[in-house]
Amino acid sequence: VSTLVLTLITGVGLGALYFLVASGLSLIYGLMHVLNFAHGAFLTLSAFIGWMVAQALGTESWGSFLASIAVGALVGAAFATLTELVLIRPLYERHIEQVLVTVGLSFAAVALFEGIWGTDAINISGPPWLKQTTEVLGARIPNTYWVLMIAAVLVLAALVLFLKKTRYGMIIRAGVENRSMVTALGIDVRRSFTLVFAIGGAAAGIGGVLAMHYSTFVSAHLGATLLIFAFIVTVVGGLGSLTGAAVASVIVAVLQQFANFYLGGTGDFIVVILLALVLLVRPSGLMGKRA
Amino acid sequence: MTVESTSRRAAVKRYVPAMVGVGLVVLMALLPMLDISIPGILPTPTYMPGSLALLSLCMVFAALALSYNLLLGSGGMLSFGHALYFGAGAYGLGIALEHFGVPLWPGILIALLGGLVIAFITGAVAMRVSGIPFAMVTLAFAQAGSVLVRRNSGVTGGEEGLSLDTAQVPDFLIGVVNTRNLYWLTLVVLVIVYLVTLWVDTSRLGHLARATRENEQRVRVLGLRPYRARLIVFVIAAGLASLAGVAYMLLQSGTVPRAVSADLTITILVMVVLGGVGFRWGAIVGGVLYTLLDQRLTVLAGSEAIAGLPDVLRVPLSEPLFILGVLFILVVMFLPGGIAGTFDGWLRRRRGERARTALRTLDDAETMVDAPEQSEVRV
Repeated sequence: VSTLVLTLITGVGLGALYFLVASGLSLIYGLMHVLNFAHGAFLTLSAFIGWMVAQALGTESWGSFLASIAVGALVGAAFATLTELVLIRPLYERHIEQVLVTVGLSFAAVALFEGIWGTDAINISGPPWLKQTTEVLGARIPNTYWVLMIAAVLVLAALVLFLKKTRYGMIIRAGVENRSMVTALGIDVRRSFTLVFAIGGAAAGIGGVLAMHYSTFVSAHLGATLLIFAFIVTVVGGLGSLTGAAVASVIVAVLQQFANFYLGGTGDFIVVILLALVLLVRPSGLMGKRA
Repeated sequence: MTVESTSRRAAVKRYVPAMVGVGLVVLMALLPMLDISIPGILPTPTYMPGSLALLSLCMVFAALALSYNLLLGSGGMLSFGHALYFGAGAYGLGIALEHFGVPLWPGILIALLGGLVIAFITGAVAMRVSGIPFAMVTLAFAQAGSVLVRRNSGVTGGEEGLSLDTAQVPDFLIGVVNTRNLYWLTLVVLVIVYLVTLWVDTSRLGHLARATRENEQRVRVLGLRPYRARLIVFVIAAGLASLAGVAYMLLQSGTVPRAVSADLTITILVMVVLGGVGFRWGAIVGGVLYTLLDQRLTVLAGSEAIAGLPDVLRVPLSEPLFILGVLFILVVMFLPGGIAGTFDGWLRRRRGERARTALRTLDDAETMVDAPEQSEVRV
């Protein structure tokens, strides 16, 4: 039973990490129809800057851990906003070019990060508690997973509150539903594009700092691996659906962990099979609008 | 002007590009026998192995870019998994020679068949969706391939890569002395790939694929099957990529996991967009230009002029991929037709025709797909 519990909980924890990356992707796609390849770059930059902040403040304390997360979120949001303003906005309504520009950005950014921080992965350390485990029903769960889950739940709650209760949130939701109608009502949807990018970037930034603690190292390629799983999650969950992304993150990650445990490390492969199955049965994803 | 002379002029116009093409191929075929130095671009005179190897690599990537152009330019499919089929060719040949112990030519056949089968299965599934979701799904498939290659180190050599089992390869294709034979082989591959893409583009299939790209609904209404046409184009493009992969394996006498990575797909995309989406000659120019630039920038990065610069300039300039990425962004933003598209647009405008880049056309097609969905809500 304990291995079952362990796989389940670590799966949910990993799903939390996927959600942090996928939520922004899904929102951006839902509103703007842009597939943001640069999302991985946001994440990686936040991780590096978060790492530097933690180094400066001392890695052991919780204060510096929280500060690094906050800085990571800010860096992610700033990078994303800048990307939207400089690269995406001039190519308004030209989706293929927008995708290509984000591809170019991620390409250039990874190379630049390698130039600045080197090609090798840098080992990092955080508060000692993160290295320990907590026992649940006989299973020893590494504490990083709890942090991931708490962060994802907080981000999800904040996003839902923002989308449901604030005026901007309502504009974004309306824009995802039917953008031409929102524009017809005289609302400048483009302003909310920047906002969505900033929010997605902040979530990715938090995800980046936490991913670094999860894998205990930071490298220029940290974002690329996660980004592909985030893509899978957004397609499986249904493009543009936040709930879909949340549900799919957990399903994908739990399945992945189970396959890694019981089917001899075939997790990544099983996930792709799941993607193929979902596409064959429901091309629009679990909770997506009819394509 | 008589009707006869106009038609003759049209005939001449049609044959001029063909003549130029044949002339270029003959020139390329003669290069190993000539002593031409192009300082700054080629490391050695053209008859030396160094230059021949670089030119061969250029041609392999030109062939790969051509196959991707068939997919994106003619078929309108933005795939992020094209490296999978290139890798299938390279690894397929390596595995066939090493583990099945077959001679070279059957090995090549096995590699190509393997690439086609993988393309058929993944393509058939990925085409359940189109547009941006299609891009994401192909990326996921390529990633699965990449993971498989890295994990199964017993078969593929894992991170170390797989080297060519030279026992099975004829002697005239092995060693630095025989670089010119490999050079001719890659030239043949490039010509084959070019002719196949030309054939697809001018055939009924190509017309159908282009029509599907422009307006899928209309093709359906006409009673044709866009899905099948697209899938065939996808499989042909993948097969050509496998052929390029085979040539790459022979040329480099080995392959590394990078040959199946998303990085490589993005590199191909950069080549095609740089050269000009929708133009066969653009893809070739893009492939060659990218390979040469990559090579030259790497040399530049290690040079003393760069090492002496302050950090702010030194770090970006010593990363060739950074420069190429920025170049790519600039091309997409300010020169969306790429080299060939811009040239073509300039020609057309001089003749007073309307010019439109291939990427714009793709965008328009996508907007049309979106439109019915929105109009539904409005009613």
